[in-house]
This record gives sequence, C-alpha cells and structure tokens, in this order.
Amino acid sequence: MHELSVCQAIADIVMRRADGRRVAVIHVRAGQLRQIVPDTLVFCWGLLTEDTPLAGAELDVEQVPARIACRACRAEALIGDLPVFVCAACGSTNVEIISGEEFLITSLDLAEEVPP
Amino acid sequence: MGRFHRHEDGTAHSHDHGQDGHEHSGDRAGDHSGYRTGVERVEVLERIFDENDKTAAANRAAFAAGGVCAVNLMSSPGAGKTTLLRETLARLAAEVRIGIIEGDIETSLDADRLAGFGAEVALINTGNGFGGECHLDAPMVGAALPRLALSELDLVLIENVGNLVCPAEFDVGEHARAMVYAITEGEEKPLKYPVMFRSCSLVVVNKTDLLPYLDFDMDRFLSDLRAVNPDASVLQVSARTGEGVDAWCDWLRAQLASYCVG
Repeated sequence: MHELSVCQAIADIVMRRADGRRVAVIHVRAGQLRQIVPDTLVFCWGLLTEDTPLAGAELDVEQVPARIACRACRAEALIGDLPVFVCAACGSTNVEIISGEEFLITSLDLAEEVPP
Repeated sequence: MGRFHRHEDGTAHSHDHGQDGHEHSGDRAGDHSGYRTGVERVEVLERIFDENDKTAAANRAAFAAGGVCAVNLMSSPGAGKTTLLRETLARLAAEVRIGIIEGDIETSLDADRLAGFGAEVALINTGNGFGGECHLDAPMVGAALPRLALSELDLVLIENVGNLVCPAEFDVGEHARAMVYAITEGEEKPLKYPVMFRSCSLVVVNKTDLLPYLDFDMDRFLSDLRAVNPDASVLQVSARTGEGVDAWCDWLRAQLASYCVG
C-alpha cells in the first residue's frame, strides 16, 4: 500500500547515484518485517518510472527472513510465518531482531548500449 | 525467501540466483532491451527510508525546540481515534496546551469533529497523486508544523491515517507511538499486523463497553500482543462512555513529563 512512496524514495536515490548513466538493474534488499510485497513494489515501480529516465530499469528484490536471538540463552531462530517474538528454546521474551528489518538499495547494474 | 523480479516482457518470478543457470549479469542483454547488463555494478548500500528519517529527525528537533512532546496515534479506520481525541481534549485542554495534526485522505470530517474543543488543529489531506497516501510520512508532518505555534504548545497529537500497515513504517518525528485498537476488530490482529503492534509503546484497547455483546477473547488478544510486543503497555478504554480515558490522559502526562522536562 505504501509501495508507491517507497518507489519514489528508490527512484530519488537511484537518480542521484546513477548520475545520468542508464540503469539496468536495481538490487534491493527487503527484510521480512518491512511489510513490502515484492510483486506490488515491482508493479508500482513500473507505474512510477514510466516515461522517466528509469523506465525499463529492473527492480530485483532480495527478501531476507526475520531472525531473532535470545538475550537470555543466546539461541537463534527464524521467525517463520507466525510473528512470535519469543525464544522457542527458553521461552524468554527478551529477544533481539538480528535480521529482517533491513530495507536498502544494495547496488545498481549500469547498462551499456550495445553498438549496432 | 530468495529473489523476486519482473522482466521487460512482463514475466515475473522468484528464485535463488546461481542455482538455475539463469543469469542477469554477464555479457548478454537478458531483457532484449538492446542494453547489456552487469557491465558495471555500483555499490549503493543506502537505506530507502533515509530521506524520510532525516526529515523525521528535523521534525523531532523542531518539537524539542518548541518544548513539545509529540505522540503518533495510529489505528485501523473506525477504531475510535477521533472520539478518543475529543474526550482527551475535554479532559486535558484546560491543563495542557494541545495541538493536533490530523491526517485524512480526502475530507476535513475528523478535523471538524475536533473543532471547538480547545486545540489547534492542522489538517493534512494526503489525497494528492495516486488516490491518496495511506499514511503520514515525515515530510507531510513537517509541512504541517508551520501551521502550529509550537512554542505555545505542550503536546502535539498526530492522528495518523487509519491503517494497520503503512503508518508503522514511517517515523514522523514523534517521541512516542500509541495505537487505538477496537475490540470489534477481533482478537487475532497482533499476529496479522505484528510490525504495527511492535512499533507502539501503548495499545489502547477501545470500545470495551461492547464487551458483553461480542465474542472478543481479551486473554487471547493480550497473550498474542505479548508474543509480538512484550513491552507494550495496555489500557482498556471506552472513549464512548469515558471509562479508562483518565488513565490514557495520565499516560499522556507521563509522556510529557519524560520528554519535555522543564
């Protein structure tokens, strides 16, 4: 639902970093807890970049599962589909999220025109 | 997990790269666009919400400079945020100078409901562009700040757009986040919207006057909430009858005390 705002933020960063060069692929890393629906993001990206210098640039979304670590017993576990932030090993709620909240552009692949 | 992308020809798929012989970098133009890809890779490593978060930090600084504590109030549509705000103003407006930032997709209906209750109200209509934003972001709140005399206020309540997903993603420069949750929404929502429930330090469980008429399982709701956010405070409130509203006002006073010393 907020994918359009997200695409605008991505476009701003990409335009600045590409600095006039043509971009082929934008690599995005999205944690499971960032509530990003990749299909929706890619759809919105197409809408937003139509008729702009970024038209045709492909969005490649790498999804990162959410992982928690228990501060009490140090056990680590994937959150899985049920978002329970409780240590499965010892039952403690004193857990920290060690992955799954990231949301960043990792890199751009620039395009080079193939000579005719 | 893996990767998701869509090709120029409209096909989309998910896969782990390097396992199916399907490459996007290398010397061929995989999308038939006439451009080779992967010729040069530029490392970026920039957080996508960085710009929003910078503006949020500026908003937070503006609140602090005005000696104002800001609370971001979030919920589904119809959970009772505006009714709770009205009751809050009725109890607190004589003692605390309150400003309200009202996020609404299209209308001024909520702002109108709050008119005459002794608070400055700045309305933000989010309805520009693609049919209206589903949340407030930091630039929207920043744009509303000049319409509030912050130095003459103690507390700013930000009524976010009704939505359990998007508002949780956007820091708007608040000091604390609170959620209004109506028992008519059913008890299973903490597990469905964990990011929202996790992001709040207080959950106001509203419409408790309807408890006798609903199958709402409060124990199950509270235990699911604990699973998602063990640190959240919970207040049971009926904004309609006024029950529990004083406890909510005490929570607001406590936020004021902790964020606006002096």
